[in-house]
Amino acid sequence: MYDVVRNRGLRKLREYAAQCLIYTAVLLISAVFIWLLIDLLRGGLSHLSWEFITELPRDAGRAGGIASILVSTLLILLVAVLTAVPVAWMTAVLLAEFVATGSWFGKAVRFSLHVLAGVPSIVFGLFGNAFFCVYLELGFSILSGGLTLACMLLPILTSTAEAGLRAVPHVYRLAASALGLSRAAALLHLILPAAAPVMAAGLLLGIGRALAETAALLFTSGYAERMPDSLLDSGRALALHIFDLSMNVPGGDEPAYASALVLVSLLLGINILAMKFAYGLQRSKLMS
Amino acid sequence: MNIEQEVGKCDPFTLGPLEAGPACCDPLPVIQVKDLSLRYNGKPALEKVSLDIYEGCITALIGPSGCGKTSLLSAINRLTDLIPGCSVNGRILMQGRNIYDRDENVQALRRQVGMVFQKPTPFPLSIRRNLSLSLHEHGITRKTEVADISEQALRDVGLWDEVCDRMDSAALNLSGGQQQRLCIARALALQPQILLMDEPCSALDPIASGVVEDLICRLRGRYTVVIVTHNLAQARRIANYAAFFWVSGHAGQLIEFGRCQKIFESPRHELTAAYVNGVRG
Ligand SMILES: Nc1ncnc2c1ncn2[C@@H]1O[C@H](COP(=O)(O)OP(=O)(O)OP(=O)(O)O)[C@@H](O)[C@H]1O
Ligand SMILES: [Mg+2]
Repeated sequence: MYDVVRNRGLRKLREYAAQCLIYTAVLLISAVFIWLLIDLLRGGLSHLSWEFITELPRDAGRAGGIASILVSTLLILLVAVLTAVPVAWMTAVLLAEFVATGSWFGKAVRFSLHVLAGVPSIVFGLFGNAFFCVYLELGFSILSGGLTLACMLLPILTSTAEAGLRAVPHVYRLAASALGLSRAAALLHLILPAAAPVMAAGLLLGIGRALAETAALLFTSGYAERMPDSLLDSGRALALHIFDLSMNVPGGDEPAYASALVLVSLLLGINILAMKFAYGLQRSKLMS
Repeated sequence: MNIEQEVGKCDPFTLGPLEAGPACCDPLPVIQVKDLSLRYNGKPALEKVSLDIYEGCITALIGPSGCGKTSLLSAINRLTDLIPGCSVNGRILMQGRNIYDRDENVQALRRQVGMVFQKPTPFPLSIRRNLSLSLHEHGITRKTEVADISEQALRDVGLWDEVCDRMDSAALNLSGGQQQRLCIARALALQPQILLMDEPCSALDPIASGVVEDLICRLRGRYTVVIVTHNLAQARRIANYAAFFWVSGHAGQLIEFGRCQKIFESPRHELTAAYVNGVRG
């Protein structure tokens, strides 16, 4: 009897300790994020203004704004996403739906994606420079940078999309086939919508990585800070701008902080938008 | 709702009318399974099964767990194609043609042979879309026609009154019994000749199960039904024919096939007798 009571007390204590541990971890993570945010706000908020967003940089970025840099960043991002997404998602569908599990083909593709995912971004930069800038004669341009980023995005987009597709219960495929639906129809109407939130989350991760990328762009899209006229112009990405301001430009700390603030807000905004989008897609599919 | 009443709507022992030979139960085989063997990754699950499924009748497949009843059902609509490592030998004739022929149109076959799974499998879509998706796929696209067919199918399974005012809400919000009836309606909407049901009541409470059972009874004559059930009383209540399977060696085998009454009251094989009397299995 006594033993039972003591055991119960012990178990309660253990449960309590576990809870404390979990809360501490959560608190720690939030604290890091909040600290970062406060630091950014303190350093950059005073410098941030509407003019900062809409004006061109002057005096190596010490004065003026980041308009041209934002445009370059968005163009690089657009090129990267528009080229990587179709390739990655089609590969994911192929791997998850049409290639038998354990076949050598699937293994080979997955292996190369794993390797690709582990390659440091500076190596991507060198490759992009050699291949896109020099071999394809695209030069230091937004196009080269975007295509290099696309190569970096491939593994992350493919593996998340494949995981999302595989997480769709097999019974949907069985039930769809039992109703005489073709595989394409089942894929289009059932499996892709069910996997859409995960695929959107993967896209987010990818965009986040691409937004924050510096090293791979250093040798490909270059760091010209003027407004790009076309995709073949060199353009400086936001992360590269922050790097340049804080490393190479004395007195560039304030605009660097302000740019970082813009970058983080952009990341947050994209996250929220994509979450809304994934949710809306799911809902509209449910309703139609 | 009284289960006895629900079930009582169809005659409890169908073998009486069968002996008298009602129109629905002419022993006309629509499916002939001939020497069917089925393996998973080389491991046999069914060995040399031969049986006929008669038109308009309800055929119950009974037997202990793991004897290959589900496997036989999935062989009949070639759902086995989707199961990795599954290989089928032998023939299944449907109107004289072997469905395992190379040039068989599997999509058309599966339209002809509907299937209801053990666990309800509604798609994560609206109720309306659950029904219309397969209709669209089979070329029925006119809005009014789709709506009419959907309504008729839902009425057939007694679900119309419960869902007619929320056709656009998610099918996953329905109760388990409603989901299962939706799945049956989804299969019926394609107007199949044959309906395969894999323990359709096993995930349902007795009342919902009674409703589904009653529904299956009403399908008799219009559809040919093959039903797997572990509920022997249910098999006895609704089936015209019964097939008893048993695992001997490592593979499932058909031990006895015949009129339901025969199987339950004067089985030829002692294993059958032991199983239906609850001594073994
Ligand atoms: N996908 C599969 N892969 C490998 N073996 C399988 C697979 N499906 C079934 N089996 C095996 O085949 C045999 C028959 O299985 P089946 O599901 O047809 O039995 P069942 O009669 O439907 O059983 P239950 O009454 O429990 O549903 C079992 O031994 C099972 O382990
Ligand atoms: Mg089964």
